[in-house]
Amino acid sequence: MTDRFLGKAWVYGDNVDTDVIIPARYLSTSDPAELAPHCLEDLDPGFMERMAPGDILVAGSNFGCGSSREHAPLAIKGAGVSCVIAASFARIFFRNALNIGLPILECPEAVKGIRSGQRIEVNLAEGRILNLDTGEVFSATPFPPFLRELVARGGLVPTVKARLEEKRRNAR
Amino acid sequence: MARTLAEALIASRTEDHVEPGAICRVRVDFAFANDITGAPAIAEFARMGAETVFDPARCAIVPDHFTPNKDIASARQVQAAREFARKQGMLFWEVGRAGVEHAFLPEKGLILPGEVILGADSHTCTGGALGAFATGVGSTDLAAAWALGETWFRVPETIRVVAEGKTSPWVTGKDLVLSLIGRIGVEGARYAALQFEGQAIEALPMDDRFTVANMAVDAGAKVGLFIPDARTLGYANKRAARPFEPVFPDPGAKYAQTVRMYASRLEPVVALPHLPSNVKPAGECAHIDLDQVFIGSCTNGRLRDLELAAAVLKGRKVHERVRLVVIPATAEVFAEALKRGFIETFLEAGAAISTATCGPCLGGHYGILAPGERCLSTSNRNFVGRMGHTGSEVLLCGPLVAAASAVAGRVADPREFLGLDEVPKGGEEE
Ligand code: SF4
Repeated sequence: MTDRFLGKAWVYGDNVDTDVIIPARYLSTSDPAELAPHCLEDLDPGFMERMAPGDILVAGSNFGCGSSREHAPLAIKGAGVSCVIAASFARIFFRNALNIGLPILECPEAVKGIRSGQRIEVNLAEGRILNLDTGEVFSATPFPPFLRELVARGGLVPTVKARLEEKRRNAR
Repeated sequence: MARTLAEALIASRTEDHVEPGAICRVRVDFAFANDITGAPAIAEFARMGAETVFDPARCAIVPDHFTPNKDIASARQVQAAREFARKQGMLFWEVGRAGVEHAFLPEKGLILPGEVILGADSHTCTGGALGAFATGVGSTDLAAAWALGETWFRVPETIRVVAEGKTSPWVTGKDLVLSLIGRIGVEGARYAALQFEGQAIEALPMDDRFTVANMAVDAGAKVGLFIPDARTLGYANKRAARPFEPVFPDPGAKYAQTVRMYASRLEPVVALPHLPSNVKPAGECAHIDLDQVFIGSCTNGRLRDLELAAAVLKGRKVHERVRLVVIPATAEVFAEALKRGFIETFLEAGAAISTATCGPCLGGHYGILAPGERCLSTSNRNFVGRMGHTGSEVLLCGPLVAAASAVAGRVADPREFLGLDEVPKGGEEE
């Protein structure tokens, strides 16, 4: 996974919930390619036509509140969004994003200092957010070491895979 | 160190040091998905290279969201879930014998005091009513729990909610929890554990406790915990599918915050669009006309809820402009409601009744809203487009307000219809 992103900001408010990220009417599939065309459809119709791959979502507090549907980060990732910056994340969305490898950054200051359409550069490893249009630099809240390792290993699937292999080796 | 209930529950299932903020590896007693979250969990389980679930008697899929299958795609999701469950020998129930997961699983004695429960559904926190650390996760986390029988948690801070005094008979568990969310907001308890205490909490019948715990997540919380008491144990002992050991908080535990509520001041309320925290007394919303009323869901589809709704609807008719949809949350609730005459009351009042399903709660089926339509619902979310078109509106309330409003054709306080002695008393038979 690359950890530097450059994209245009799409700024939204507080409490962006999973029902508007991906409405339930599309949940009879969990294929990111089928979910992506409907990403944010009920919040910002036409988002998918106007966004470009690599663009960055910026939102207020409690992003991803509501249902546990992993379809929400999957749809965002499938849409080609490179990362999500929010003042804070709802807890299930937070876990889901890390588990499936959607980069997220918690940074209330950046959210205040970014307007829609501005060009943003993100260095994920350093948690650094640069607003290229204003020159402002922001530092995201660092994750605890356990979560940094989880992300570095590529999410939960490779982590569990390694654990299972170790268990099998020990059983032999 | 003295522990809160959340800390004590985690400590009972981990070797790691437990304190708020610490990350612990925790054993899981029971792990389940539904028809929507099951499919991705099955795919991730395979990608993990897992072959068998950690214990088939402790793993389940409940097909409840889009069932009875609403279209071909949903039918295929349930089919995949069924095949996986059969192959693994894990628990699975067909539509008609099951119910909405968070009502059904406690009823089957599969969520028990003192346990750690993981569900691929955000309202898994409903199990907190039994004093279980029950919390919602995504499909990948759930798949990991199926494979390993464990998960990781960041130990949450605990917010104590103390409800002193006595509520009036028209105030249900739903009015209590909506009032709480109205006060602390939809992220007032983000990442935290809620622990409910006080005279008004102890007085709540089991079904109302499930309602309160259910909406913990809608305040942002990880869990919403009740301290097990005689009522909890009475319920659990009757139903337990396996042995269990209740866990209690220590005296002198440290709480991040205490929120005090004065139960006698609570009123029947509604949450207006489009956030559960947008709470107003029902009596102040009598100008709001309705197209549909929904009584059901994992929040308020239990026997007590139907009993209260039936008390209002007995001998009355649903307003001619309004559609009333009633969905008992489980097959058992349906059968008991039939026996007690509630179903007959609903039919005579002019309601549409369905077998247990989430149905309209998430805009699945059985009552989708057209643009411009407004629904008053006993479910838990009123986000934009939740029950249908983005131009529709959802208001939330408890069963008494819902039934009263169905009759009035607009938001109504149940006191318009029921006198002090006409509200059925709850909790005696538990
Ligand atoms: S009834 Fe509604 S909130 Fe409850 S599990 Fe079903 S869809 Fe979710």
